[in-house]
Amino acid sequence: MADKPKIKLAVYWGAACGGCCVSVLDVHESLFTVVEHADLVFWPIALDVKYKDVEEMPDGNIDITLFNGAVRTSENEHMAKLLRKKSKILIAYGSCAHMGGIPGLANFSNKEEIFKRVYETSESIDNPNKVFPATETEVKEGKLTLPKFYNDVMTLNQVVDVDYYLPGCPPQTERLVEVFMAVVTGATLPPKGSVIGVFDRVQCDDCKRKKSDKKGITKFYRAWEVVDDGETCLNEQGILCMGPATRGGCGVRCVEGNAPCRGCYGPMEGIPDPGAKMMSAIASMLEGKEQDEIDKAIESVVDPAGTFYRFSLPGSILRRKQK
Amino acid sequence: MSKQKEDIRIGFYICHCGHNIGSVVDVPGVAEYVSKLPNVVVSKDYKYMCSDPGQEMIQKDIKEHKLNRIVVASCSPLLHESTFRGATAKAGLNQFFMQMVNIRENTSWVHEDKEQATIKAKDLARAAVHRVAFHKALEKKVVPVNPDVLIVGGGIAGISASLTLANAGKKVYLIERDATIGGYMAKFDKTFPTLDCAACILTPKMSSVLKHPNITLWTWSEVSNVDGFVGNYKVTVTKKPRYIKEELCVGCLACIDACIYKQGKFYDEFNFGLAKRKPVYIPFPQATPQVVVVDDKTCLHFKTGKCQQSCAKACDRNAFDFDQKPENVEINVGSIILTTGFEPHNPVKSPNYGYGKYPNVFTSLEVERLVNASGPTEGHVLLRDGVTKPKSIGIIHCVGSRDEKTNKWCSRVCCMYSLKLAHLLKEHTDADVYNFYIDMRTPGKGYEEFYDKLLNEGVQFIRGRVSEVTDWATTDSEKGKLVIRAEDTLIGIVRRIPVDMVVLSVGLEPAKDAQEVRKMFSISCSSEGFFLERHPKLAPVSTFTDGVFIAGACQGPKDIPDSVAQAGAAAAEVLALIDAGHVELEPNTASIVEEKCCGCQVCINMCPYTAISFNVEKGKSFINEALCKGCGTCVAACGSNAIFQNLFDDEEILSEIDGLLVE
Repeated sequence: MADKPKIKLAVYWGAACGGCCVSVLDVHESLFTVVEHADLVFWPIALDVKYKDVEEMPDGNIDITLFNGAVRTSENEHMAKLLRKKSKILIAYGSCAHMGGIPGLANFSNKEEIFKRVYETSESIDNPNKVFPATETEVKEGKLTLPKFYNDVMTLNQVVDVDYYLPGCPPQTERLVEVFMAVVTGATLPPKGSVIGVFDRVQCDDCKRKKSDKKGITKFYRAWEVVDDGETCLNEQGILCMGPATRGGCGVRCVEGNAPCRGCYGPMEGIPDPGAKMMSAIASMLEGKEQDEIDKAIESVVDPAGTFYRFSLPGSILRRKQK
Repeated sequence: MSKQKEDIRIGFYICHCGHNIGSVVDVPGVAEYVSKLPNVVVSKDYKYMCSDPGQEMIQKDIKEHKLNRIVVASCSPLLHESTFRGATAKAGLNQFFMQMVNIRENTSWVHEDKEQATIKAKDLARAAVHRVAFHKALEKKVVPVNPDVLIVGGGIAGISASLTLANAGKKVYLIERDATIGGYMAKFDKTFPTLDCAACILTPKMSSVLKHPNITLWTWSEVSNVDGFVGNYKVTVTKKPRYIKEELCVGCLACIDACIYKQGKFYDEFNFGLAKRKPVYIPFPQATPQVVVVDDKTCLHFKTGKCQQSCAKACDRNAFDFDQKPENVEINVGSIILTTGFEPHNPVKSPNYGYGKYPNVFTSLEVERLVNASGPTEGHVLLRDGVTKPKSIGIIHCVGSRDEKTNKWCSRVCCMYSLKLAHLLKEHTDADVYNFYIDMRTPGKGYEEFYDKLLNEGVQFIRGRVSEVTDWATTDSEKGKLVIRAEDTLIGIVRRIPVDMVVLSVGLEPAKDAQEVRKMFSISCSSEGFFLERHPKLAPVSTFTDGVFIAGACQGPKDIPDSVAQAGAAAAEVLALIDAGHVELEPNTASIVEEKCCGCQVCINMCPYTAISFNVEKGKSFINEALCKGCGTCVAACGSNAIFQNLFDDEEILSEIDGLLVE
């Protein structure tokens, strides 16, 4: 194995919080194992490699690119296309690249509304001349440019061809190491388009909390409103947990920490609209049989759209708020 | 979405249905449009697709053009899905490769704009063409039919159906909520139009039921749960405590004489309160079975615990058992007939007629008891004071019928029974009898002749809806009388007729608990609340639940001959089911992919048919295919995507939606 040439690895971020890059660092001392097998050729958070350097690479030069973050700007799209061209394997890394993630919730709004809020009506903004970001601005010194801010947030596979998806917000580091080692050791890779680093079962399968067929939810509580008994299924206690419709792979991290699952690992294979699936799974647990009882329980869900589509709006059938 | 590997060759057939579809939808235009859609090899229109030549055309094309998918755009699948599945199967293709598009009930019958209707027909056809490519070959499952039958309700319909089936050698369970069978018919004196005595023709049938070796009769019992499916129902019957050991009681009635109450003191249900009964009673002398019942709401023993129990002491058979509790019995049957009857309209809901306000306003059913020789007055027609004979009587038709304020429907029997009561009242009292009617509806064998007979008997007929019954006298002759105000529409004046007695011909309503019964047996009600038949003309006693049939007034107002006819029809349907020996189950059932199931058990509670159970050892849920009706609820509920449903898998549904939306 030592004779094998090192593989070339790139990590890039689109519309992201930086957490995914940190999760790569979370491999801790395993990083030494990684660099033993791989050259990190591009990783803006850690290395000073310029876009120009990437552009000058021959096509297919990079073995694996972990692309995290959604596609929100023309810069994101440009880099996605560039890295696609330069990479043998392009992995959508993390919830944002996979399904749109938290930035994707902006699709419940649009560019105009977002600019107005951020640059005009926000309480901490004083912008009497109504100056908004523009792609080109003339100043004394010359022309300044900014990437174009798109109306929609897109998933990575809505702009380029993606080989694999590794979900999570952020992905569980152990899963990344497993995937990485699989590539390094030359194991047979799963078919293109697969979601990797996940289990073929939902969270509940690995959740140790006690579950029964009596869900009986009459009202949903926010975590601070009730005292969790520490052992009963959170949904059965009225704490909205996305476990029943979320794919396993993280090790039920949130619920192990007594916090409800928020759904970052996305839906099971073959589900085209994660939010709708979440809703029907959760609706199935309601106790009420009469319309008003059901309405009351549903009304107690704070921000249902944001809750059920928290990580998946751009990648769902719904995709965005319509006009 | 997975790509199809096989070469899809679709045949599309669109039906004119005479003018039903053809006059609204541009049928050849749709056929022309569909012929250009992907995978469509043949696209044809035809006057009547369901006809033999129509079906043969499909079969011929399947062979000639090597078609492997069929789409038929015509009427509702309820009507002809089996026809076209059959045609598909005859040509050697799996019948589930056929998809129907409903462009009649869903399109031509509900739209007027021809252009828009044609666009809709094209959209629906395109959706089906997309969907059908993903259809899979499925097989129907065959299960045996249990030959035992459950009949719920022991009125004349239930009695008739029971006897027909029992005489054919089938084992029947007849369940009756009251203490006796006989229903409303047992309360009538005479029946129209022949005027033969109701008891004389009914009681022999009642005792035949009791004696019949093939009939198990449980009175004072109710069905409390129904599980299973056609051919294999598991029914729980709750026997209410009668406080009498039925097998010991011989109906000597010594206990009733011995009761601590010397006189009847409580509301007598059988006589609508016109008489009083004791806490231990028998509903009426010919009650079947001849077994008394103790009413625990009025019996001193249950109220105070201090009764000396003279009734039990008087019983030389030791039949009393005051410790009886409700008892659940489980029975297995293959088919069910519901003959749960109707509820008479409560005239308190029509306050302008003064029922409950003026004592001498009676309902028609109360009068049935008054004219009955075995009734509370032994056949003497007396006013509420119990002594005065009425000299003038007004019968008001359509109370709670044909009325926007109460029930819109015609109750069908009231005209005829009002004529009968007019005849009997005239015969019993020689009073002046007035009938106030809107229209006289006498469509039946011998009915119009009966009306003619009444016209010649000196009974008065006034055509017009009564506005009110009042005791407000405007002349001396009206003093102390009830005045009926009505417009006489034949001479165009408002009339005031003073009478001693008013009879309200109350209409027929759905039974009070029809909705609960409907849910228990998984059938539907029509908008007014009567049980809904599968087809108003072609399947009048079937329901949308296979193996559950309806007969008599639970399906809608009807008289005795019609109820008996329906009972016979329902019995025949049941016999057909039993003699076929087996039923085919639709394969549109759901199943759980074991590896994907996370054992969250959400689906278990969702299932309306209790078809899903949890295997604790494996930590997975399982669907009993025989119990699954393919409603799809669990499929939607499963967050793991572990449940899929035949004929409605994601691929099929999503491609159908795609097909609907593309263009």
